[in-house]
Amino acid sequence: MKKREAQFFIAMNEHFDRRKFLKVSGMSLGIGALISVAPAMAGGGAAATVRRWFHKQNGEEVTPFHLVQLSDAHVGFQGPPNPTGTKAFERAIDVINGLDPQPELILFTGDLTHEAEAPGEHAKRMRRFQEITSRLTTKKVMHVPGEHDAALDNGVLYRQFFGETHYSFDHRGVHFVALDNVSSGKPAVGAEQIQWLERDIARYPRTAPIIVFTHRPLFDLRPDWEWFTRDGDDVLNVLAPYENVTILYGHIHRHDVHETAHAKHYASRSLIFAFPDPTTSGDKKPIPFDNGKPFQNLGMQRLGEKNGRPGVDDVELTLREYAGTDGVQQISKTGASL
Amino acid sequence: MKRFVIVLCLVIITTAAGFRLFAQESQPRVITISAKRFEFTPNQITLQRGQPVTLRVSAEDREHGLYQKDLKIDLDLSPDHPSEVTITPDKAGRFVAICDHFCGSGHGNMKMVITVE
Repeated sequence: MKKREAQFFIAMNEHFDRRKFLKVSGMSLGIGALISVAPAMAGGGAAATVRRWFHKQNGEEVTPFHLVQLSDAHVGFQGPPNPTGTKAFERAIDVINGLDPQPELILFTGDLTHEAEAPGEHAKRMRRFQEITSRLTTKKVMHVPGEHDAALDNGVLYRQFFGETHYSFDHRGVHFVALDNVSSGKPAVGAEQIQWLERDIARYPRTAPIIVFTHRPLFDLRPDWEWFTRDGDDVLNVLAPYENVTILYGHIHRHDVHETAHAKHYASRSLIFAFPDPTTSGDKKPIPFDNGKPFQNLGMQRLGEKNGRPGVDDVELTLREYAGTDGVQQISKTGASL
Repeated sequence: MKRFVIVLCLVIITTAAGFRLFAQESQPRVITISAKRFEFTPNQITLQRGQPVTLRVSAEDREHGLYQKDLKIDLDLSPDHPSEVTITPDKAGRFVAICDHFCGSGHGNMKMVITVE
């Protein structure tokens, strides 16, 4: 990975705050988001306290690491918005395997598969998803379900393949929380899971870096497109006392950055098709497929620091710098990969 | 005495009719809506600001939802029995109500428009 990626600190305040120590340097690849996390890197005070606390709890040295967020592969989807099926997803796996340094962790934020009516077909799609992700060099792959995975059967099939729909774990000084806001059938986390969240994070210092990953946005992004979580405010209230909260989500099939009082929210692009800008579009219709640019809108976005504040560069995906080829254009011309 | 009885009966009849008329006028208007994958029928309704209305919604095929936060509509719909909510819109505008219980591939566009005049 080139070193041009900028870095920024997640800060509650508008201004760059060097006291915050969850450092995220990032390049959102469009195919997902590559995020470099450097918790508790240096300094004393609160950072040192958290560093010692995590080391005591987990025995892990707190060192920088990279993670990749992928979302919305919709394995099994067939339709005009993307006639290439899993090609973008498979391409993403290749790109990730070529990264240097390698990510230690892959987070998949839902809609791994597209639901199916025929008996056995949905399970077949979940197996196909696992087959594709088994190619990842990085073996620590964590998932949360999307509504297309788990809403029709309340997550029964999903659990057979991927385990529980909500859970938490620590990785190198960062506390990760997987939240399920789909399997009840409604866009909701539910009181029971929120109580679990409250108990789960209660044991952590208020300065502990926390990354929540879930499928739907936890704020009202566009409720009439079902881009919201009914009890998202309740979740954010539980997280409010914590100073370093980052929320990664999918569902909206486009990159988005949003800041609430106590957290920063990042949406990853999809691996199947994109939705239009909700602020300018009345209808929720996929952006039409362009055969000349088959991965268009599955492109790249870069998270970086701009003038001391978090900023985002939106870059159309060409894959050129990663593939050493003419990227998408070449793939399109040859047709070999499609 | 006979005249008194007749007058009394007329008073009772008139009062009862008046009460019935009053009761009918104070009853909210009822709009019946059906839900099935992936549409509401009708998918557009018009309400009057300040006037109560009851939305009586039935699900024909499976579980659905009807949700519109600003108008305080939040119904769970089951094929077993219709659900209803009575609201009194207090502001004019165009409101989009959605099915908020995932029901399949076309779920994302299962919605209806409620216009309040």
